[in-house]
Amino acid sequence: MLMFILLPQAAWAMHIMEGFLPPGWCISWGVLTIPFVLAGVFSIQKTINEHPRAKMLLAMVGAFAFVLSALKIPSVTGSCSHPTGVGLGAILFGPTAMTVLGLIVLLFQAVLLAHGGITTLGANTFSMAVVGPLVSFATYKIVQQAKGPQWLAIFLAAALGDLLTYVMTSIQLALAFPAETGGFMVSLAKFMGIFAVTQIPLAISEGILTVLVFNAIAAYGKDELQDLKVLSKEA
Amino acid sequence: MSMTGVIKNLLLIAIVIALIVIPLFTQKDAEFGGADGEAKQAITEIDADYNPWFSPLIEPKSGEIESLLFSLQAAIGSGILFYGLGHMMGRKKKEEAAKQ
Repeated sequence: MLMFILLPQAAWAMHIMEGFLPPGWCISWGVLTIPFVLAGVFSIQKTINEHPRAKMLLAMVGAFAFVLSALKIPSVTGSCSHPTGVGLGAILFGPTAMTVLGLIVLLFQAVLLAHGGITTLGANTFSMAVVGPLVSFATYKIVQQAKGPQWLAIFLAAALGDLLTYVMTSIQLALAFPAETGGFMVSLAKFMGIFAVTQIPLAISEGILTVLVFNAIAAYGKDELQDLKVLSKEA
Repeated sequence: MSMTGVIKNLLLIAIVIALIVIPLFTQKDAEFGGADGEAKQAITEIDADYNPWFSPLIEPKSGEIESLLFSLQAAIGSGILFYGLGHMMGRKKKEEAAKQ
């Protein structure tokens, strides 16, 4: 009990909390994330050089992630979590561009809001800004290939990217904290019960909100979307 | 936007609101704390000896200040998002006027 009084009250955050991942894991996830950040910087540079007018749109998808990750929403499990908002940017600018923008969002929350953490930044960036956008991007491409309607591709991309972010968080925690009996799988089931189940309704919400914002952008920003080859010229 | 488009969007927003509000009624006794607080508890259950080895450098002094910073984050984000959207709308109107 004394421990809880002495320890600073950690803020509610849905990412891995500061200090709650052993140093070895912090470094490993950090190192694993670096190449994606670098690829993202190059990818953003290339996009902006080729299509300078896409800058505004880039700021908008970053802002979308900023808004959504600030909204802590109640869920069916009786606890709260927040969406990530990285799916939209991954569809428009590619997955690694969102690694950079997601990193900025996480850094802001870690430094100013004691949310997530500086030591866990690598691990949190990996789940929210590497795995999430990659899943979104792949989902979008697969549904498009299958000639599914665009709204469905966007909805599934955003929702699955959101959900898999938290599955990844559960995997990261289960790897660092395997149960004494049963090991990794038992821990994984436990963390999935906390993070992933909470996230299901939020993922659906994120999917719907992403479709709404995409439709608005498609209605007024056709030129940019054609630049980025998200909409074809004749459409 | 066409009338059916408006209705469709309103319906979608209603679904999002329902998804947020329904848990408040089905989980009457829940605290609605953060999922990470529960993760912290789970970590302690798995490894009772684990001590966080690093603490946040700056922490919001209270829940009020924390919510201030969160609303600021959301406000900045939606500000940029809708500035951009407004810019695009204006540009489109201008283009359409130029065509006529």
